[in-house]
Amino acid sequence: MFFRLQLPLILTFIAGMIPIVAFFFTSEATIVKAPTDRLEKWMVIVAGFALLLGVINVIQGNLKKIERRGPGWPYAICLLVGLLVPGIFGILSAFSVGPFQGIGLRADGGYTPFAWVTRFFFEPLQATMFSLLAFYIASAAFRAFRVRNLEATILLVAAVLVMIGRIPVGDAISSAVRPGALASFTEWLMDKPNTAAQRGILIGAALGAASLSLRVILGIERSYLGLEKSE
Amino acid sequence: MDPTQAAEAAGYFDRDRLNALVLFIVFCALVLWFIRTARQNRNLFIRRIAGLNAVDEAVGRATELGKKVLYVPGIGSIDDNQTIASLAVLQHVARLTARYNTELDVPNKDPLAFASARETVREAYLQEGRPDLYNEGMVHYVTYDQFAYTASVSGVMVREKPAANFLIGSFFAESLLLAETGQASGAIQIAGTAEIAQLPFFVCACDYTLIGEELYAAGAYLSRDPAMLGSIKGQDYTKALVALLIIIGMVCSTAFHWPAFAAWFQAR
Repeated sequence: MFFRLQLPLILTFIAGMIPIVAFFFTSEATIVKAPTDRLEKWMVIVAGFALLLGVINVIQGNLKKIERRGPGWPYAICLLVGLLVPGIFGILSAFSVGPFQGIGLRADGGYTPFAWVTRFFFEPLQATMFSLLAFYIASAAFRAFRVRNLEATILLVAAVLVMIGRIPVGDAISSAVRPGALASFTEWLMDKPNTAAQRGILIGAALGAASLSLRVILGIERSYLGLEKSE
Repeated sequence: MDPTQAAEAAGYFDRDRLNALVLFIVFCALVLWFIRTARQNRNLFIRRIAGLNAVDEAVGRATELGKKVLYVPGIGSIDDNQTIASLAVLQHVARLTARYNTELDVPNKDPLAFASARETVREAYLQEGRPDLYNEGMVHYVTYDQFAYTASVSGVMVREKPAANFLIGSFFAESLLLAETGQASGAIQIAGTAEIAQLPFFVCACDYTLIGEELYAAGAYLSRDPAMLGSIKGQDYTKALVALLIIIGMVCSTAFHWPAFAAWFQAR
């Protein structure tokens, strides 16, 4: 029980208190500041080992799927190829084996195998996913701006004003009445009511985060250990 | 400690952060006092949070339809408070899926969060007396890349059509991609994050959204543990105090032209 409960709680308390105490001291107080830096380095090392655990989990899970011919098993082959090929290229590059000299561009501007895979596979795939956002924003906006009640109508009007106020055609429209009026109103809308609402959420979230941290440090919140009650 | 040593130690203290220290002490005192009160008097009122009340309904719907529950714990690591809050909700969801024998799928982006999520789900199944229903494939690792993770989770939503999607934790550019895909698949969606820039996307595309502090209160709200509820009460009183200080600072600065009061609270 000590290793399962008390030890993690003691370690959490110490690891939680060190950065809090260090926050209130100047950089000259090295005896207080140094453990915080040390903890951050340990975190990176632990994360490195945990990543290895993750990679093993991916390989195991997908090999099982292929073996059992589970639903979508051909995708599992693609995934494993996508995982292993850049991984092997990266490891060979680290040891400069044959054409695998580094992971960036060659001196003549040509691509090393790792850089080639990154440039022509990885980056376009990432860009594809990110560019989907444009379509999703349009569909979400369409749903959000439907006039269903008073609040939705206010949202729609505010959004239309902000959108028009931030494009050249907005300037052209407002210059007919009063130059810069729409742009100023848009800025006021963003700086005052919008910022006020955001700060309200931010203050609540910050206090919530602080309260949760306190619960974790004191061992009241234990769900991250898989444990339930504080009593 | 002689006076020279005391003066030297005082020199190490960052005086610019005295305001933070005072607020920290007040906040801790309030939270601890309410935890103590809550342990003595178990009937604490905490307002209803619709998103958390809908958790049981979402899992129930998945059970009725015979489909899986998809739980996405965000892309933050375990050092992010939102991930810890998300694990508390995951614990509750896992207990429900264990109780009703519903399939649960928890894809992970961060390796440390993955290890914690796996432990949380395993323990939840154990606590429900159904360790036989737990399998290692329930909580699985996907990738460390943000968009590859998004593509994988979106693929699950489209191909397997889970009946309930939980998007709770730290989210960034992938929030709308996941929420819209889930919305299109017809799943009931409960989202929660404290990332202000992502909240509008969740509000647009999900059935329920836990906004900021509601996410951090989720663990306490769902567990109904008096000590945890006490800390929420303490947090609420601190918020009221902060609101009062803001009003006083505003009046001092504008009506009395005395900005020193508000300036003392500025972060340095």
